[in-house]
Amino acid sequence: MGRIKEIHKQLLEKDFSAVELTKEYLTKLKVSESKLGTYLSITEDKAIEDALIIDKKIARGEKIGLLAGIPMGIKDNISTKGITTTCGSKILENYQPVYNATVIEKLYNEGGIILGKCNMDEFAMGSSNENSAYKLVRNPWDINRVPGGSSGGSAATVGAEEVIFSLGSDTGGSIRQPAGFCGVAGMKPTYGRVSRYGLIAYASSLDQIGPIAKNVEDCAIVHDAISGYDKMDSTSANLPPTKTLDNINRDIKGLRIGVPKEYFGGDEKVLNVLKKALAKFEEMGAIVEETTLPHTEYALPAYYIIASAEASSNLARFDGVRYGARDFDQKYVTDMMSMTRDEFFGKEVKKRIMIGTYALSAGYYDAYYLKALKVRTLLKADFDLAFKKYDVLITPVAPTLPFKIGENIKDSITMYLGDICTVTINLVGIPGIAIPCGFTDGLPVGMQILGKPFSEELLFNVAHRFESNNDFHLRKPEVK
Amino acid sequence: MSITNKDVLHVAGLARLGLNDEETIAYEKELNDVLDFMEKLNKLDTEGVEPTNHVLDIHNVFRTDIIEASLDVEDVLANAPDRDDDYFKVPSIL
Repeated sequence: MGRIKEIHKQLLEKDFSAVELTKEYLTKLKVSESKLGTYLSITEDKAIEDALIIDKKIARGEKIGLLAGIPMGIKDNISTKGITTTCGSKILENYQPVYNATVIEKLYNEGGIILGKCNMDEFAMGSSNENSAYKLVRNPWDINRVPGGSSGGSAATVGAEEVIFSLGSDTGGSIRQPAGFCGVAGMKPTYGRVSRYGLIAYASSLDQIGPIAKNVEDCAIVHDAISGYDKMDSTSANLPPTKTLDNINRDIKGLRIGVPKEYFGGDEKVLNVLKKALAKFEEMGAIVEETTLPHTEYALPAYYIIASAEASSNLARFDGVRYGARDFDQKYVTDMMSMTRDEFFGKEVKKRIMIGTYALSAGYYDAYYLKALKVRTLLKADFDLAFKKYDVLITPVAPTLPFKIGENIKDSITMYLGDICTVTINLVGIPGIAIPCGFTDGLPVGMQILGKPFSEELLFNVAHRFESNNDFHLRKPEVK
Repeated sequence: MSITNKDVLHVAGLARLGLNDEETIAYEKELNDVLDFMEKLNKLDTEGVEPTNHVLDIHNVFRTDIIEASLDVEDVLANAPDRDDDYFKVPSIL
């Protein structure tokens, strides 16, 4: 049984109250957070008020949802009404959304308790959480290493068991890569599966919100709660929420697993753990075969063109006029906008705005942006072909183990290369789940399981079967 | 293609980024590095390939033209850096 079902049962049997649970988690969270930097704000008063409502419902014998009373962390780029939402940026330092993202409404309806807003790379641009405008996040397995990014806070807080689950967002790997680095389960749903309404946009054709939890069952429960059609998001797919729990235990005998060779060029230590995991799948009756996705090497440059182009357009709204910070020393409005943006955006954000603006500017559009969109078509065709033969594809989440803080920050290209296993998935829009598949040097290694569009139920099933055969999800980091 | 200091200033102007001299020099180098990395795509023949703007087969999502409640004016202005009555206030335009 996962933690969510266990707590649900304990609440109904009155082993403890939701308020007691919330207070216990808040106490632990505050101590742990001071070492790991996982939160940008902690919403203590609201959490206790919300928990009290759950306790009253239980006392009255009302039916409560599975997520009622469950402590959760929310990435700070997801709008929470009345709760400061900074997106990890100084430009939104005091910004308080006046509405909730659809995923937040859904979690509130289920009774989930927000303990705080998770630290992240500014505007979700980064793979190490070193681009947060506020503070670093540290990996709970080794505090001298990065937790991954951009949902570094969301993954580390689950890894350190400060909360039961969190929400992250994934544009090029921002849920899966930190989940892999922190030894937890994280799902990037199919594009359109989860509403983006209220997610502060980075690259709109790539962004998806998804759940992070310590085990696959908990991750699936949250996915079921947040997925489904939403009229507020015009790119939302017209499908009902998933019902993953019904099929999570299905036997995977005869499952056809493709292993794309282009994804196996990383660190030997990582690959050895992956190979053992693949052998385990064979033992479980799956058919494992090497396959190819021939255009893989073009995915990274295409990704950085498309993501930066969309970002340059999306981030035009931060101009000091309607919300966010403003430089008050300027006499003219255009100077006010230019100086506000220069002063309050961080280095990586400005760089991507510059790249995107350049790629979309007159004379360069065809050479960069249009070219990247064509490459995207070829990448999609690679996957369509592979999924004719295989039910799922399995790859590492990242080519390396979690790297040291400061190791890659000076060199953009090295940092970008770390995203090689994850960005293609966003370009082609398919779902992917990261789960721990072993440890080496005391650090977790993440495995990525990929499927056809809208195959999340199968991915949770495959991940859950694998997890049932090991104890990786039960290991606890000793934060020191 | 290589980016010059003049290009950096032009792009910064389009993007409304008031870069200082130090930043302009740094971005010139960094943008060139990143664009070199992107040149890789030119090795690939994409003649006749249709672009994919969007992975989902969804086009022109419309709703019926019915007036619905939207945000309250006070809410809309709640985060404004400066306001005058029910308006956002900004410095001179001309």
